[in-house]
Order: sequence, then C-alpha cells, then structure tokens
Amino acid sequence: MSKRRFRSSTAPVLTMVGPVSLWLVFFVAVPLLYVFVMSFCSIDENYNVVFRFTLANYRGLLDVDYLQIYVQSILIAFFATALCLLLGYPFAFLISRTFKSRKTILYMMVIIPFWTNSLIRIYGWRTFLGASGWLNQALMALRLTDSPVELLFNRGATILGMAYVLFPFMVLPLYTAIEKLDQSQLEASADLGGRRGATFFNVILPQTVSGVFSGCIMVFIPSLGYFYVADILGGGNSDVIGNLIERQFQSGNNWPLGAALSIILIAVTLLLVKLYQKCGGDIQSLGV
Amino acid sequence: MSERALVRLRKVNKFYGSNHVVKNFTLDVQEGEFLTILGSSGCGKTTTLRMVAGFEQPTDGQILVGGVDMAEKEPYERDVNTVFQSYALFPHMSVFDNVAYGLKMKRTPKGEIQKRVMEMLELVQLGGFEHRMPAQLSGGQKQRVAIARALINRPKVLLLDEPLGALDLKLRKQMQLELKRLQRKLNITFLYVTHDQEEALTMSDRIAVMHDGMLEQVGVPKEIYEAPESKFVATFIGETNLFEGMVSSVEGDAVSVAVESGAVCGRAEGFREGEIVAVSVRPERVQYSLSPVEGFTIQGLVKEQIYVGSVLKSIVVLPNGYEVRLERLAGDALPADGPVYLYWQPQDARLIHPRDQEVYHAVETAVMG
Repeated sequence: MSKRRFRSSTAPVLTMVGPVSLWLVFFVAVPLLYVFVMSFCSIDENYNVVFRFTLANYRGLLDVDYLQIYVQSILIAFFATALCLLLGYPFAFLISRTFKSRKTILYMMVIIPFWTNSLIRIYGWRTFLGASGWLNQALMALRLTDSPVELLFNRGATILGMAYVLFPFMVLPLYTAIEKLDQSQLEASADLGGRRGATFFNVILPQTVSGVFSGCIMVFIPSLGYFYVADILGGGNSDVIGNLIERQFQSGNNWPLGAALSIILIAVTLLLVKLYQKCGGDIQSLGV
Repeated sequence: MSERALVRLRKVNKFYGSNHVVKNFTLDVQEGEFLTILGSSGCGKTTTLRMVAGFEQPTDGQILVGGVDMAEKEPYERDVNTVFQSYALFPHMSVFDNVAYGLKMKRTPKGEIQKRVMEMLELVQLGGFEHRMPAQLSGGQKQRVAIARALINRPKVLLLDEPLGALDLKLRKQMQLELKRLQRKLNITFLYVTHDQEEALTMSDRIAVMHDGMLEQVGVPKEIYEAPESKFVATFIGETNLFEGMVSSVEGDAVSVAVESGAVCGRAEGFREGEIVAVSVRPERVQYSLSPVEGFTIQGLVKEQIYVGSVLKSIVVLPNGYEVRLERLAGDALPADGPVYLYWQPQDARLIHPRDQEVYHAVETAVMG
C-alpha cells in the first residue's frame, strides 16, 4: 500500500522538482557556499588558496584605499539611480498614458537595446564621447570649443554609462506601477481642487512608490558591481566595488579577498531587498 | 427664469475624431434642482457630464456655471464636484483623508477640516468609519464616502455619473431615497446621469432624455411619462403600445387615426387631416370589450396572460401580427376563446408628431411597398 502511494504521488513530484532542485544546488548553492568558505581561507606565498581559517580577508576590507572606493562606488550608484529615476519616471508615465501604437514604439525603444550586448553598447558610448568622437567633432564644428573636451574617464562618464545600461530596470517596474493607476483617481483629485503638482504628490507618487523602490534597487545594486562600465568609460578613475572584486580574481590573484568582498556585496544586496520588503515592496516585482 | 439658471449648456457639440457624440445640446439646470440626464449607454450623457466637470472640452458651444463661462477653466478651478461611477476613492488614504482631500487642497485650517469631515461623515451615516481604509468598506459604504468627498467643498453643482450602478437592487433603492434626502437637506443642485428610467422617475425634479447625442425632451417626470414628445421617449420611459398611422379626421380636439389594423382615436391639438402620426398608449390605459366601441375598430386574439401579483399582464395579437400589451389590476382574466375589441379613453392616448427623419422612413417604406 505504502509502496503504491510512493509511486503514485512522490515519484512524479520528484521527476518534476528534482532536476530543478539539482540545478539550483549545483549552480547556485554550491558556488555560493564555495565563495563563502573561500572568504575565510588564506593564501600562501605563491598565491595559492589554502584551507586555513582566517578573518584577515574581512579585516583587509577595512583598508583605507578600499573604503574610499566603497564611498565612491556608492556615490556613483546613487547618482546613476537618481539619474535613472529622474529620466525614467516621466518616461514610464508617458508610456503608460499614451495611445496604443505609440505605446508600443516607446516600449520597444527601451526593450530592443536591452536585447543587445551591453558591453558593445558601452563601447559605443566610448566612441561617441571620445576625443575624436562625434560629440566632440560636433562641438568643434559648431565652434563651441577649439580642442576636444575630455568627456571620458571620469566619474560623470561612469554614472552616465551605469544609468544608460540599467535604464530599463528602472522604467519597467515604474511602468508596471503607473499602469495600475486608475485614471479616474487623477480626475477625482483635479475635481476636488488638486492642481497637477498636488495630484502628483498626493495621489500618483504614493501609489507608485513600490515601483520607485523596486526600480531604485534594481539600478543601485548592479551599479555597485558593473566593473566593465567603470573600466571602459571611467578608465580606472572611478572604480566601483565590482572593480575591486574583479581585480582580486584577476591581476591581484587574491581569491579569498575577492570572495570576502563578494560576500559583503551579497549581504548588502540582501539587506536592501529586506528593507524593500519591510517598506511593503513585493519581491515578485523585482524579477523583471 | 432661464437667465438665472445655474448651469447652462449652449449648443454644445463634442466630436471624438469624426464621431459626433454630443449634438447641439442645449439645457438649463436651475439652482437647487435635481436634474437627471437619462439615456441608454453610448448616448453621450456621460460625455456631457464630463464636459461640465472639465475633464473633456466641448468641440464647440458654451458651458456656463453660475454665469461664468467654463471654457478656459481647469477642473480644479470649477465650483462643481463629481461622484464617479467607479467611486475613484484614493486607496492609500483613510476614509477621513479621502473626505478631507478637497479641504486640504483648499488649504482649510486643520481644526475646521476635522470638524467638517466629521459632520459630513455623520451626514452620510458613516460616523465611526473615519479610520477605515477604502478596501475595508462595502460597496454601499464606498459610495457614501465618494458622496461625502464630493460634497465637502460645498459645490454649486454636484455631478453624479451613474453612482448607484454597481450596487445591488435593494441597496440602490435605499441610496436613491438617501440621495434625494441629502439633496433636499443641503439644497445643492444635482446633475445626475443614469440609464435607469425608474431611478430617474423616482429621484428627479426634472428629467432630460438624451438619445444618440441629442436632447429629446426635458420635463418633470410626469410630463416625460404621460406626454412624451417623441417615439423614443414614449418607448424608452416605461412600456407603451405604439400605433403608427394617418390622421383621418379632426373634430375639435378629437382626432381619429387610421392605423394598419383599424381605426383608433385620441385627443390632441394641432393635428391636420392626412398627417402622419404615432399614437402611444400605456398598457395600463388599454381596455377591452366584447362588443365594438365607438371610434375604435381594432380587435385581436388573446395570446398570453401573465399574473404578476398585483397586476395581470395580457398580450392581444392584432390581425397584422402587432402585439398590444394590457395591464389590469388582477381580477378578471380576458376571454381566451374569441376576439376582443380594444379601446381606450381618447385622453389616455398620446399623439406624437414623428420627427422629420421618421416621416422620411415611413414614406420610404410606403413607397417601396
């Protein structure tokens, strides 16, 4: 009897859930555990990882040079997020309130670049902003400047690049939130004497704040890690936490230190997501 | 009288693209009255209301509220407030904050807001609900909040767009009476939109019947019901029997009309022999006899009798297939086995001049055979 039951209920469930579980264990849990363990390991004089427990890696993270980069990375992420929000909110509003055919076009304008490799698009920006790039050529042709302006290799360029690459992650949750707004509520607000500004702050913003939150998280967190943007547009002058990690695994060849950095970044991410949930955010809407 | 009207719509037209939604609409709403715009869905009544509120702009024509042209006025500059069909309550605000919204927008002092909101909630019988969120309210309660929120600014006119549409029948009846009570008590002008003729008849001081973007007739409920001026109004408000025919003789106000199935008569002024006319008789006015009655030659067979409690509804089929409806106080049934003669008191029939368009159709049908 119990054998039959096993066959009739447990077996199909196992065949359905089993492969997914195995996948998750081998490709998510094990690597994460591996990184976690490694962050407590030491290296010998030949830079080989040896399994000897130490907290030195975490202590090393408090190095003053690193602290400067954390601050810089957080500032870059903050400004990239702010830029995305300032541009993304009106844009998302426009998409959700315009008529059908234009809506599709605007939506595609966000989605199609998203399908193209972001590394290539970032190189595109480099060409565009470079000393002999189109923008400088145009500026010189218009006699606004005699010699090329240095637009690349600074924090501004990195912020621009981050905001550019992550823009869809801001627009999509905002669009979803604004789309849910009931048009008649905006009319009700105007009807009761609310001017456009008052309607925005009293009716629109409070009801789309979850979209703002999830958009900000989706831009802020990757901004801390997208090292290639800082590399290509920042030219080493505006490193983010991602650059530190990448360097430890590549040229620095100090994997335990890189692992410790990664663990801290993951912890910060989880903390932000927790905060987002505490503020009433829906975890599902982060999975755009 | 009309110079003092509170809301005046003057030859208002509204196009959506090439779609002519409101056609040459002229209407005066008097101060303190309960006026209902009645029409089937898609007739342009909601659009008309939205133009008064300022959510839509007329393509041409003029709208005045309290003598002021509304053309350049934003919704928030108008002394009118709206109760929306979907309530449109702010879901993130408590009942108190919803009702207080209009006062906050007008920068009313805190103490006064507190006092007026509580009074208003008391008035709509929602005292004690001020901390609830809209999601925690029933449909009827949401409706009351929507009404309180719209009334708090003491508008010159309250616009109501099918506000009871989402409520069940019993609650709707109750809210109808309550709205009427509120309107009398506050003495605010109500401009009400509905497709429900019974609702319109119950609540309104006057009814404006709208059809296909045009105003068909304005009048007190009794006029609308008893003296319809068009075939549409006659059939839309209540049940009626419509006979179309030609005036065969006129003697004073006694008019005889030849219809397809025989002769009928009515009493009316201003008809000439040979004119095309429609005769409307309410089911409760049609009588029957077993022998011919002077002036009437229509007879038919009883097809069906339905007993619905207080009244007996009967259907008599005329030789041309037309079905005449009768409604009598329950009691004697009509004889089911032989022909009955139908008649009515001449003053109970309403003679209607067909509109030009209808005449055109009638002539066309006659000529085409």
